[in-house]
Amino acid sequence: MEFIRPTTGRRTRRLFAFAAVAASVALVASGCASGSDVGTGAGAEGDLSVTFIPKQLNNPYTDVVLGGGQDGATAAGFTGIEVVGPLEASASSQVSFINAETQAGTSVIVIAANDPDAVGPALEEARAAGAKIVAFDSDTNPKYRDVFISQVVAKDVALIQVKLIAEQIGGSGEIAILSATANATNQNEWIKFIEEELASNPDYTDITLVAKVYGDDDDTKSFQEAQGLLQAYPNLKGIISPTTVGIAATARYLSTSDYKGKVALTGLGLPNEMRPFVKDGTVTAFALWDPAQLGYVAAFAGKALADGTITGAKGDKFDAGDMGEREVGADGLVIVGPPTTFNADNIDDYDF
Amino acid sequence: MSNPPTELLGTATNKSGVRASEVPSTGGRTGIARILLSRDTVMIYTLVFFVIYAALFIPRFASPVSTGFLLLDVIPALLIALPMTLVIITGEIDLSVASIAGLTSALMGVLWAAGLDIGAVLLISLLAGVLAGAFNGLLVAVLGLPSLAVTIGTLALFRGLALVVIGDNAVANFPPELTSFFTSKIGGTGIPTVMIGVIVVAIFFGVLLHFTPFGRGLFALGYSKEAATFVGIHVMRSKFWLYVASGSVSALAGIYWTLRYSSARSDNASGLELTVIAAVLLGGVSIFGGKGSIPGAVAGVLLIGTINFTLRLNRISDVVLIIVTGTLLIASVVAPSIFEGISKWRHTRRNRRILPPASALGATRATASGVQERK
Repeated sequence: MEFIRPTTGRRTRRLFAFAAVAASVALVASGCASGSDVGTGAGAEGDLSVTFIPKQLNNPYTDVVLGGGQDGATAAGFTGIEVVGPLEASASSQVSFINAETQAGTSVIVIAANDPDAVGPALEEARAAGAKIVAFDSDTNPKYRDVFISQVVAKDVALIQVKLIAEQIGGSGEIAILSATANATNQNEWIKFIEEELASNPDYTDITLVAKVYGDDDDTKSFQEAQGLLQAYPNLKGIISPTTVGIAATARYLSTSDYKGKVALTGLGLPNEMRPFVKDGTVTAFALWDPAQLGYVAAFAGKALADGTITGAKGDKFDAGDMGEREVGADGLVIVGPPTTFNADNIDDYDF
Repeated sequence: MSNPPTELLGTATNKSGVRASEVPSTGGRTGIARILLSRDTVMIYTLVFFVIYAALFIPRFASPVSTGFLLLDVIPALLIALPMTLVIITGEIDLSVASIAGLTSALMGVLWAAGLDIGAVLLISLLAGVLAGAFNGLLVAVLGLPSLAVTIGTLALFRGLALVVIGDNAVANFPPELTSFFTSKIGGTGIPTVMIGVIVVAIFFGVLLHFTPFGRGLFALGYSKEAATFVGIHVMRSKFWLYVASGSVSALAGIYWTLRYSSARSDNASGLELTVIAAVLLGGVSIFGGKGSIPGAVAGVLLIGTINFTLRLNRISDVVLIIVTGTLLIASVVAPSIFEGISKWRHTRRNRRILPPASALGATRATASGVQERK
């Protein structure tokens, strides 16, 4: 029993408390130590730097966009080109990356927002520190950015997908949508237009949208959702997947199941990923723009903003290298080009 | 052994092993030395050294801007880590914390969009967290179900409810005065104003765990539920209130998350439970229960937060971050076992050499086996 010593216990606690206080003092002190250095990183004279913050890293579509972005940034004359981003496309995951860029004094931040508002306060701080904000692919709330580079007119993307599915299922029957995350800005906008078009266009009165499911831009989840859809709706005639991850996963499921060739699949896909499924008859046709052009134009828009050539006002014009001159529309919107339809005849002409 | 203070019973055994290796007779390493070399304190040193290292060698780190961004980032994890420490010390776990935060966030969005007064919104959301915690407490403490299974269930359940409540919508139009308050800093120090609240909560849990009979009871509970019952600790009641506390603080974290990012969505704070548990374990809290401290857990959260922040500042991919965190965690779990193994080996060897009499040998064996029992 000699090891029971009340005094030791009390001392223990006091020391813990002391250690904790010491640690917090050290943390705060070191934080404040060089307060005069604030903003040393900001505004590196003459050297323009650009940082791309995609929705998430390691996404094949994003990689193509970023490839174009890096080409564009080099061509536009940026000296520092960086790509940072979260591993998962959740709403607030991008904020700490924006903060780090603010601290680094980056001249232009090009961002594809996972949530139009969650990134807002962080972008405002970045702007206050002198950065120009270009949104691309998926918009932020317009008050938080200077321009938004959109692949295509959102409505065109929706219409082409409805047209393709209608052709493939013969104009009547049940269809479903397999989207990315439930909150994805661009997918939700397209889905809204798809629903409107199905409801308003007399050509599509016999087509019923029976379900919307979310694969979260995760291959396995999308695969399972596709599987679930076909089990839950035995009369399903077609699936629209307005996301590259979703359409590839769904195509993979269909190609190995009895539904191959019987259930139509269309949406937005990458030619390289979809090539085998077009060749084996799982998919007849799908659509997309050239994602590399999106990044390319975004980089040039960032350069023009940083130079002061444009402010993001309607009617501003800027040079986008190989893509020619682009004009800023209402709400700072810049359109890259019309969507392309890929099928067995032309798919081999594209490599992305 | 007539009702000894339970916390001392716990730490003393651990101590006896170390002490015996220093001086084999009755004395040994004093209380101060033991504390200065304990696992929690080592984590605090590590944090301090890392912060000093980062301030000296990482460009742009040493500025109030860092303090602000870093603390704003870690606050949710820091808050939840406090009740989590207590829960883990009792030998239980709560995996549903991030889902409770998500549910709170979703609820806030819907209530605010429905036009309720912001005060009422905050109150109802907090209450939802309390109820969610009480539900966990009911299943774990009152019905005696395994907490791992229960909270895996409620992890999915509460996240599901969040989706039911708000669906795929996001609510963002919270009062600007409130959202800007949540990102505001105290003067030029860079310390977020909300840190004051966080510190109050931290002190509350620190005092509760280390300076009250209730807190000491939790350590005893973590060592042995039966023994704790025998010395008069209300096992059921303690655990129930811990889950209520965990739910309430998770709700606070959810409210903070919503207002800091001014976005109420169902997927807010997803995956946060694992960050919190990793940080708490890194901070010296034993997953088997019975060991740990609030300062250690806080140091664990801040250490992971700081590493995270410096990596991002240098634009190093998050892939590296998760590998670093994982490695640190494994190292922090394995290292004490190795040290303990070595000291036990030295202890046994010394015993063989200097303690030949049968009676003394018997006594030491009793202590040694005591060490083993608590594993």
